Amino acid sequence: MDDVILLSRLQFAVAVFFHFIFVPLTLGLSLLIALMETWYVKTGNEAWRRHAKFWGKLFVINFTLGVVTGITLEFQFGTNWSRYSEYVGDIFGSLLAIEATVAFFLESTFLAVWHFGWNRVGKKVHLLSIWLVVIAGNLSALWIILANGFMQNPLGYVIQNGRAELDDFFAVLCNPYAWGMYAHTLMAAWMLSGFFVLGVSAWHLLRKSHTDFFRMSFRMAAPITLVLAVALAATGDLQGKTVAQLQPAKLAAMESHWETTTNAPFYMLVLPDVENERNSVEAIGIPGLMSWIAYGDANAEVKGLKDFPKEDRPPVAPVFWGFRAMVGLGVVFLILAAAATLQRKRDMPCSGLMKALVWNIPLPYFSIAFGWLVAEMGRQPWIVYNLMRTSDAVSPVPAGNVLFSLIGFIVVYTLLGVLDIWLLRKYACKGPEEV
Amino acid sequence: MLETLQIVWFILWALLWAVYFVLDGFDLGLGSLLPCLGKSEEDRRIMYNAAGPFWDGNEVWLISAGGVTFAAFPTVYAVMFSALYAPLLLLLFALIFRAVSFEFRGKVESAAWRGFWDLIHFVSNLVPSILLGVAFANLFMGIPVDAEGVYHGNLLGLLNPYGLAGGVFFLVMFMLHGSLWLAIKSEGDLQLRALATASLLWPIMLVLLLVFLGMTWSYTRLFDNYFAQPALFLLPLVALAGLVGARVMLRAGRLWLAWACSGLYIVGVTFFGVSGMFPGMIISSLDPAATLTAYNASSTELTLSIMLGVALVMVPIVLIYQSWAYHIFRKPVTGEDLKDEHAY
Repeated sequence: MDDVILLSRLQFAVAVFFHFIFVPLTLGLSLLIALMETWYVKTGNEAWRRHAKFWGKLFVINFTLGVVTGITLEFQFGTNWSRYSEYVGDIFGSLLAIEATVAFFLESTFLAVWHFGWNRVGKKVHLLSIWLVVIAGNLSALWIILANGFMQNPLGYVIQNGRAELDDFFAVLCNPYAWGMYAHTLMAAWMLSGFFVLGVSAWHLLRKSHTDFFRMSFRMAAPITLVLAVALAATGDLQGKTVAQLQPAKLAAMESHWETTTNAPFYMLVLPDVENERNSVEAIGIPGLMSWIAYGDANAEVKGLKDFPKEDRPPVAPVFWGFRAMVGLGVVFLILAAAATLQRKRDMPCSGLMKALVWNIPLPYFSIAFGWLVAEMGRQPWIVYNLMRTSDAVSPVPAGNVLFSLIGFIVVYTLLGVLDIWLLRKYACKGPEEV
Repeated sequence: MLETLQIVWFILWALLWAVYFVLDGFDLGLGSLLPCLGKSEEDRRIMYNAAGPFWDGNEVWLISAGGVTFAAFPTVYAVMFSALYAPLLLLLFALIFRAVSFEFRGKVESAAWRGFWDLIHFVSNLVPSILLGVAFANLFMGIPVDAEGVYHGNLLGLLNPYGLAGGVFFLVMFMLHGSLWLAIKSEGDLQLRALATASLLWPIMLVLLLVFLGMTWSYTRLFDNYFAQPALFLLPLVALAGLVGARVMLRAGRLWLAWACSGLYIVGVTFFGVSGMFPGMIISSLDPAATLTAYNASSTELTLSIMLGVALVMVPIVLIYQSWAYHIFRKPVTGEDLKDEHAY
């Protein structure tokens, strides 16, 4: 049974992290394309039409893998987590079903109209189509995060007939954890897309190819990306405070904070020593900062990990390091976005910055992955916080089956990931069609 | 009230699967016909683009059918997909490869690259067509699950004579549906071959239908419901009428109507099977007491009512805008269309 749990968790992690390589660009690039096309329709400037088409091509290559890897996720709750599905399906299942009927149909249908319809529908209908794709994609994110929010902070249910039954749908929809997470996720996805546009544009500008075209993309994306990087930090801070309230054990693991203290300091350098339930290094402390980050009050009490029974603590090392990496990258993004915004009016922004922007393209992907690692590993050992343990949730299937499918996922996803990134790179480097 | 909702959701559950089979059925069938009908590069590209703007939206009906199973009958969702673990994952992997074959095939100028993806495209359309038939035939017949929802069988156990018959049946049903679609979406020689294929598949389909009905009689208990409620015999008659209608309309050259009749046939077949199961959803072949039904496996009254509200509002809206999208792309794919930079 332990094997099945471990293998199922690994498989879900592989499937969900791979899926989330494609999701952020879907959410954010569609928005930037919609803005480009809006300007085209408003001003009649053909250049914006070329922009929408060029970035649209990259969008579609990315979108396809996002869709199909998402389908496998929906079914994995049944294949690998059937006890979980039975226990909370009354609530969780409805959120997934609504996501499909409200958002996925809209997104897939209108993306087809947009992609194949340049010469078949009028300008305004075409513009409306891309906006519907933006709305639908971002709406689907809301429903899936409401579902995730139920796992993090279950609300609106009663335990009855041996399962969690829906009691108050409105409470499920108003979950503060979910809304905070939604805001943070959207900002991250949109900012990632901004950096994607900046990075690809910088690559071309460095090579002096299609300079007019990519200067225009660069100028458009830089200030938007800066605003989003700031909003990302702000929503992250807010969500940290929500976690402090609702999931104190997760917060303690994020900070590797062992002893309950008031006026808790924040240490710039920390090295957790999980075995001895302490930190072997704690240096450059700022008094009261951790209390202030968590509760907005430098004197507030921050609960330490030792106050939670060992079997209820999340694994400290991945949550702690994931959080540090995410925040560290967030600082890098602020600096890069600010520099790009300051230099955007130049004919040729400084080449060091542009090289950095090219190399930065993958970094927002990593920081988003770290963020989800913190959110989901920090939820352990619970699959539904304080309600159901992950170890009780797994399907009664043979370990061999899961091992087989896990290997399948790893092989297939690696192949497809490499191919897809190769194609994205190929079309990104090729540049726009000539006029 | 709860009981009414459970019955309504059972019907909606069947309807979502039926719509999925009708819509994704034609592009799965089309892809399974690729090696037979796609003689030249242009033919093959027309076949890809005939499904081009539709396959993705069609696949969302599978997500919806899965999502609705989860929302309305969580226990069925849990047992169905953990019991059918291997075939379901096989289906999902195939659908991944299918999507990718659409997207990747035309992205590199090389005959070997395109030939490779043509092969992937064929296999990844063929496998789901067969698997869906195998899975549903086994659901009609009952699968070895115990009262704890633990499955006592394996993938080979599903490949019993009735399951295999279901697989072949679905494959031919989708191929017929797909060849009619291709006839609508193509011109000239390719269209003639699509029409010839449809005419060739039709009698095979009729024979398979009769064989499948006969096997259903001996392998399953679906007909019990029919003798208890003879009015239900209308459903197989609807299926038969759809099949005959497809032939008549095909002869008359009314291709859209022929395709619609074929769709009606698929709906009739789905409802024929599912009505025979009612109220069973996962019929246990080990122990009748372990059978999951619309009554013992459903969500609460509150969830079922909320979801009914969502479905009553959203499904008609979806059908309206999807029909509109079908209307926009209703014309045959021509050589001119293939020159478009966005074509597959």
